[in-house]
Amino acid sequence: MSFEKIIFYVFAAIVVFAATMVITRKNPVHSALFLVLAFFGSSGLWLLAEAEFLAIALVLVYVGAVMVLFLFVVMMLDIDVATLRAGMIRYLPVGVLVALAMLVQLVLIVGPENFGLDQYAAPFKHAADYNNTAELGSLLYTVYMYPFEIAAVILLVAIVAAISLTHRRRMTTKYQNPSEQVTVKKADRLKVVSMPSEEKMEIK
Amino acid sequence: MIALSDYLILGAILFSLSIAGIFINRKNVIILLMCVELMLLAVNMNFIAFSHFLGDSAGQVFVFFILTVAAAEAAIGLAILVVLFRNKRSIDVNDLDVLKG
Repeated sequence: MSFEKIIFYVFAAIVVFAATMVITRKNPVHSALFLVLAFFGSSGLWLLAEAEFLAIALVLVYVGAVMVLFLFVVMMLDIDVATLRAGMIRYLPVGVLVALAMLVQLVLIVGPENFGLDQYAAPFKHAADYNNTAELGSLLYTVYMYPFEIAAVILLVAIVAAISLTHRRRMTTKYQNPSEQVTVKKADRLKVVSMPSEEKMEIK
Repeated sequence: MIALSDYLILGAILFSLSIAGIFINRKNVIILLMCVELMLLAVNMNFIAFSHFLGDSAGQVFVFFILTVAAAEAAIGLAILVVLFRNKRSIDVNDLDVLKG
């Protein structure tokens, strides 16, 4: 067994272990942390498959941003874990059954007899100065320019949606309306009333 | 040497695990979201394996877009979750029946 293969199996075992822990842990915080471990393991596997940019992006963007967001929400919400896990034992058999059936079907199709080394030979290794980021970038900014811009718009929509969903306007808070302040007229605030002048009083 | 089928079988295992997770944790919305993330990871694994073995970088571009959309999905999903918790004080899927006729 080659060194490369040993590394592959170690990382694959880490990923499968972490995924199992994600779905079986009681505490959602532990689940989120094991999901981080699964992402790290996959990142190693992607490095083995010469997808260096995406491996780094997975750690930076996914672990660094999305999973931190997950942890933030999990810790912010006061969740009653006990009631949420009440039906777990009941649904365990059907879940395992469906997953096993699906796994068997998938492995029958993608197994070594269809996608083994005989059908898809191990690819030619790139030279040491191969730059995965440059190649991906040149593809993204030429062929996939339009989808790339749509992806940017999707992220913008996500920002706006997330903020507008969670933003809460308190009724008790007093706040200024600069637009009204700027467009105010003199007549809105100043009222000139005419009063009869006072009579001159005689001093005795 | 690592064969393409090794990557594909790992992706299949990950996908099946997340399916099982959705069945087992069918009350907890947070774990459901995490299972969806795991599914996307399994799909990305397949994309990268094919991209590597076919020598075509288009698969990696696709993974890039999937990561983008998954990040957006997680952000909006968690925002909905926070609003849900604020209104119902629970994230149990069974409590989400106000649209029931």
